[in-house]
Amino acid sequence: MSKAVLHLSEGTEPGFLREVEQEAGTRVSLCYQCGKCAASCPVSFVMDLEPYQVMRLVQLGARDEVLRSRTIWLCASCTACSERCPREVDVAATMDALRALARRSGYRPAEAQVALFHGIFLDNVRDTGRLHELGLMVRYKLRSGDLFSDLDVGLPMMRHGKLKPTPHRIRGVEQLRVLFARVRAREAAAVRQSTGADRESEAAAGGRPEKGGEGR
Amino acid sequence: MKYAYFPGCSLSGTAREYERSTRAVARVLGLELEEIPDWSCCGATSAHATDKLLSLALPARSLARADEMGLDVVAPCAACFNRLRTTVHAVRSDRKVRQEVEEVLGQPYAACSDAYALPDVIVNRHGLDNIVPHLKKSLGGLKVACYYGCLLVRPSAVTAFDDPEDPQTMDRLVRALGGEPVVWPAKTECCGASLSITRTRVVWQLAAQILTAAQKAGAEAIVVACPFCQSNLDMRQVQAQKWSGRRWNIPVYYFTQLLGVALGLPPGELGLESHFVDPLGVLRQKALV
Repeated sequence: MSKAVLHLSEGTEPGFLREVEQEAGTRVSLCYQCGKCAASCPVSFVMDLEPYQVMRLVQLGARDEVLRSRTIWLCASCTACSERCPREVDVAATMDALRALARRSGYRPAEAQVALFHGIFLDNVRDTGRLHELGLMVRYKLRSGDLFSDLDVGLPMMRHGKLKPTPHRIRGVEQLRVLFARVRAREAAAVRQSTGADRESEAAAGGRPEKGGEGR
Repeated sequence: MKYAYFPGCSLSGTAREYERSTRAVARVLGLELEEIPDWSCCGATSAHATDKLLSLALPARSLARADEMGLDVVAPCAACFNRLRTTVHAVRSDRKVRQEVEEVLGQPYAACSDAYALPDVIVNRHGLDNIVPHLKKSLGGLKVACYYGCLLVRPSAVTAFDDPEDPQTMDRLVRALGGEPVVWPAKTECCGASLSITRTRVVWQLAAQILTAAQKAGAEAIVVACPFCQSNLDMRQVQAQKWSGRRWNIPVYYFTQLLGVALGLPPGELGLESHFVDPLGVLRQKALV
């Protein structure tokens, strides 16, 4: 059971737990390691960290360990973990938050194909307003280099008229373009804020030990 | 009853038979579906895996239009339903979220309209009492595994759709149509949905588990209410058979297709020609087509 051993390679970051809890809107600190999430998880068999291990690493502030993991990208968002958690931790929302933090912090996604898929999907929605499945598949196949794996289903789908040949462009596509731009601008502001906060907390850890209950 | 209809992107492509059978069944039942004008994609998993605000603002655009129509929304696709309902819930319960959504959307959005899943609307809201008088054929004891997957039932605090561990909505429908819903353990297991393209083997394995559970329970057919569930169990079933060396050969219907058959609609109107696993064989055995 080598999976049960956690290696904290890069040290820990005390602010990480708070950052994740804020982003996810749930209290990861409540996790008491019962493992129900892992027992419920349909894809834990391909994960490098079990969901409860991710929760513990977040509690410990092991930012790098978590954001580099495959688990956060392999989570299928089925939310069985969140539904069944006896501590009511929203584990699935935590995985979403970790994906967002990994992106913003410039981590190369450990499951590059999954991240590539999401990127192409959203570009498609931004540009036309609706997902064009055939366009998504062709673009994904070209960019991932995985060209031939689904020909056995692709061709019958074509025959059955299940792959609409041309995209539909909505009238309100401009509103979507603005919407995406505004979300991106907010994201960029969040990145600036968090790197600023990092420097502040480093400075605090270096020279000014915080006094409990006083000031601010 | 009249609803604002949010078809979602899959229903004009991979799930076109869901669209056709939904329209056909709604017509017979007198359920009025008015498509939300110029609706846009809900963002699905890709949006919430990328940015929370994006995942709320995308559905909000279409929901704001439904508010203007003054109608509650119905979505046939379980994924769309889940994203729409999550947005309504988030905007209603947090003033700050509402403000942020309105800012990026560039228009007010008060989350007046509710969002419902199609099986909920047909079976629970329209009601079996209003369906039974229209039935022309009995499913003749057809053994059916009702597969709900994840997104209809979870998170239950948001979806408010049936019991999250042992939902009964489609089971009740199948029974009313003269079928026999089987008791089986994989009702709300995950099919791997969004990993279908990127991690196909994971989906084969999950599909294999679900199909095997249905087979062991004696199911002759599976019914679903989600384009991802359908394609992962039907289209990927053929691949998973080759990969695992097992054989299931279980047809996977949208619940609207089986309902349509019982309402006496012809297979052509229900999109029964575009399946991977032959959908007509078991129906012929029961003299339903």
